[in-house]
Amino acid sequence: MMWAMEALTTALLYLNGVTVSFDGFRALNNLSFAVEPGEMRAIIGPNGAGKTTMMDVVTGKTRPDLGDVMFDGSYDLTRLDEAEIAELGIGRKFQKPTVFQNQTVADNLELALKSDRHVRATLWWQEGPSERRRIDELLATIRLTAVRDRLAGSLSHGQRQWLEIGMLLAQDPKLLLVDEPVAGMTDVETQQTAELLKEINRDRTVVVVEHDMAFVRELGVKVTCLHEGSVLAEGSIDQVSTNERVVEVYLGR
Amino acid sequence: MTTHILIRSLDRGATLFLIVVAAIAIVVPILTLALPESSTFHIPTYLVALFGKYACYALLALSIDLIWGYCGILSLGHGAFFALGGYAMGMYLMRQIGTRGVYADPILPDFMVFLNWKELPVYWYGFQFFPYALLMVVVVPGVLAFVFGWFAFRSRVTGVYLSIITQALTFALMLGFFRNNFGFGGNNGLTDFKDILGFNVQAETTRAALFSISCVAIMLAFLLCRAIITSKFGKVLLAIRDAESRTRFLGYRIESYKVFVFTLSACMAGVAGALYVPQVGIINPSEFAPANSIEAVIWVAVGGRGTLSGAVIGAVLVNYAKTYFTSGFLAPYWLFMLGALFILVTLLLPRGIVGTWRHWTALRRDRASAAAEDGVREPLPAE
Repeated sequence: MMWAMEALTTALLYLNGVTVSFDGFRALNNLSFAVEPGEMRAIIGPNGAGKTTMMDVVTGKTRPDLGDVMFDGSYDLTRLDEAEIAELGIGRKFQKPTVFQNQTVADNLELALKSDRHVRATLWWQEGPSERRRIDELLATIRLTAVRDRLAGSLSHGQRQWLEIGMLLAQDPKLLLVDEPVAGMTDVETQQTAELLKEINRDRTVVVVEHDMAFVRELGVKVTCLHEGSVLAEGSIDQVSTNERVVEVYLGR
Repeated sequence: MTTHILIRSLDRGATLFLIVVAAIAIVVPILTLALPESSTFHIPTYLVALFGKYACYALLALSIDLIWGYCGILSLGHGAFFALGGYAMGMYLMRQIGTRGVYADPILPDFMVFLNWKELPVYWYGFQFFPYALLMVVVVPGVLAFVFGWFAFRSRVTGVYLSIITQALTFALMLGFFRNNFGFGGNNGLTDFKDILGFNVQAETTRAALFSISCVAIMLAFLLCRAIITSKFGKVLLAIRDAESRTRFLGYRIESYKVFVFTLSACMAGVAGALYVPQVGIINPSEFAPANSIEAVIWVAVGGRGTLSGAVIGAVLVNYAKTYFTSGFLAPYWLFMLGALFILVTLLLPRGIVGTWRHWTALRRDRASAAAEDGVREPLPAE
C-alpha cells in the first residue's frame, strides 16, 4: 500500500489494477506498472499480451472496466477523452505510421504543432516566425529537412516513421507512447531510430512497445514484459531475458 | 488580416474561375436585355432562367464539395437544406401575393383559405418582411444542420451510416411537407408567385437580375470556401478526411470541426434554394426527394470532388445534359444515362473532370522539375 502511495506522487504514468474485457476476453488483466518522469521504458511481450490495448487505455481510446490510470500524479485518464489526453501532453505513435499522406511534410508538422486546437483559432491562424523556426528545428531533428515540401505519401517507410515521431515531438508532450517504431525498417534506419529516441528521451519520458529484441537491447533501458494482460517480469534487459517464464512464453528456448 | 486571407485564397486557378463567373454575370444580362431579339447574340429569357437554375444547382454542388471533397462527409440529404432555404423564400413570395390570389385574402395564402384555415400559423409570421425571410433562408437549414450534426458527429457516426441517416432526414422532411396540415401547401407546395421586392418575377429584367445575383452568390461562396480550405482549419479538414482518428489523437475535437463545416455548408445550400425558387416559380415537397440529393452528389463527382470549381462545372454540365437529353427521343432513358455516367466517372475518371486535369498538369510539372531537382512537388488535393 505504501508503495502505491509513493508511486502516486512520483510516477508520471501509473496504472493500477487495470482490467479490460472484450466479449469476455480479458485483454488486460489486473495490469499494474509505473513509469517515472524522464524514464525510457520498453514494453515487450507476445502477440495478444495487451500492449496495444494498454496504449489504447492510456490515450483514452478504450475505457477500462476496472482500475486506475493516473498521469502526472493528479489526472485520472479514465475520465478524459482522446483530445483532452492529447492536450495534457501524452503523444502516441501508432504501429502503422499514419501521416497525412495528401499534405506536405511541413504541413503535417504544422498540424501537430502545439497550439490552440479550437475551430475559431485554426480559422484565423497564421504562421509566425516562431512556428516556422520550430518546424525547421523539428525537421532537422527527424532528418527530413530536404523533403519539407514533399507530400508525406511519397516518403519511404522509414521517413514516415520519423515524420510520425516528429509530429509527436511537435505536440511537445511530456510522455511519448511509441508503438513498434522499427517494424519494417532497415538495419541502418533501426540504428538511427534508436539514436533519435535516445535524443528525445533527454527531455521527455518515453514508453516504447517493441518486438525487436536487438533494438530493445540497443536502447538499454528498463524492460517490462507483458503476458495475457498483466506484467510477467520487469527489470533490465538481461534480467528479463533470462527470466524462466519470459523465455517460456515469449522468447522461446 | 483580410487582405492576407484574400491573397492566400486566390491562386491562379481561383482567380481565373472568379473572372469567368463575373464575366458571365455581366455579359448575359446585357445580351438578353440590350440586344434586339433578331440579333444572333441575343439570349432568350427562357435560357437565362434555365442557366439561373443551373447556377443555383452549382451553388448547391459547391456546398456539397466543401464537406465531401475536403472533409469526407458524404451527405446524401443536402437537398433538404436546399429545399428548406427554398421554402423560406417561397413563404416570402406567397405573402407578397396578397389580394391578387384566387381567393383574394389579404393575409392567408390561397391553400390555407382552401383548407378553411382561419388564421395564419405562427411560423408564417414575419415572412412578409424580406430581411426576415432572408435570415430564415440561412438560419433554418443552419439550425437543422447544427442539431443533426451535433448528434451525428458527437456519436461518431461516419461513412455509409452517416450517408444513410442524411437520406432518412430528407425523406422524413419530404413526407412531412407532403402533409396538408404541415402548413406549407402540401403536395402542391408554394407557387403562383407575383413579385419579389416589388419586381415582377416573370419580367425578363427580374430574371436577368436573379441570374446575375446567383452568379455573385457563387463567387462569394467560392471565395468563402477558398478562404476556409487554404487556412489551417482547411488543413485540419483534410486531415480528418484522410485519417480521422489520427487527427483526434493530435488533440483536435473532430466533432466541432465537422459540425462547423456541415452547418456552413447547409447555410450555403439554403441560399442556393432561396435563389432557385423565384427563378423556377415553384417549390414543392419533391425537392426533398432523396434522388435529388444523390443527383447533386453525382454533379460533384463528375466535376471533381475536392476541387470547388469542378463542382460548379459538374453541376452545369450534368444539368445541361439532363435538359438536352430529357427533351428529345432519349427522354425515357435519362435515368439510365445518369446512372451510367456515375459508374463511368467512378471507374474511368475517379478524380472528375477538373481533378483529372489538375492531376495531369501536376504530373507534367513534376516531370519538368524532377529533371532539374529531385522531385519536389506541390500539394495536389488541397488545390
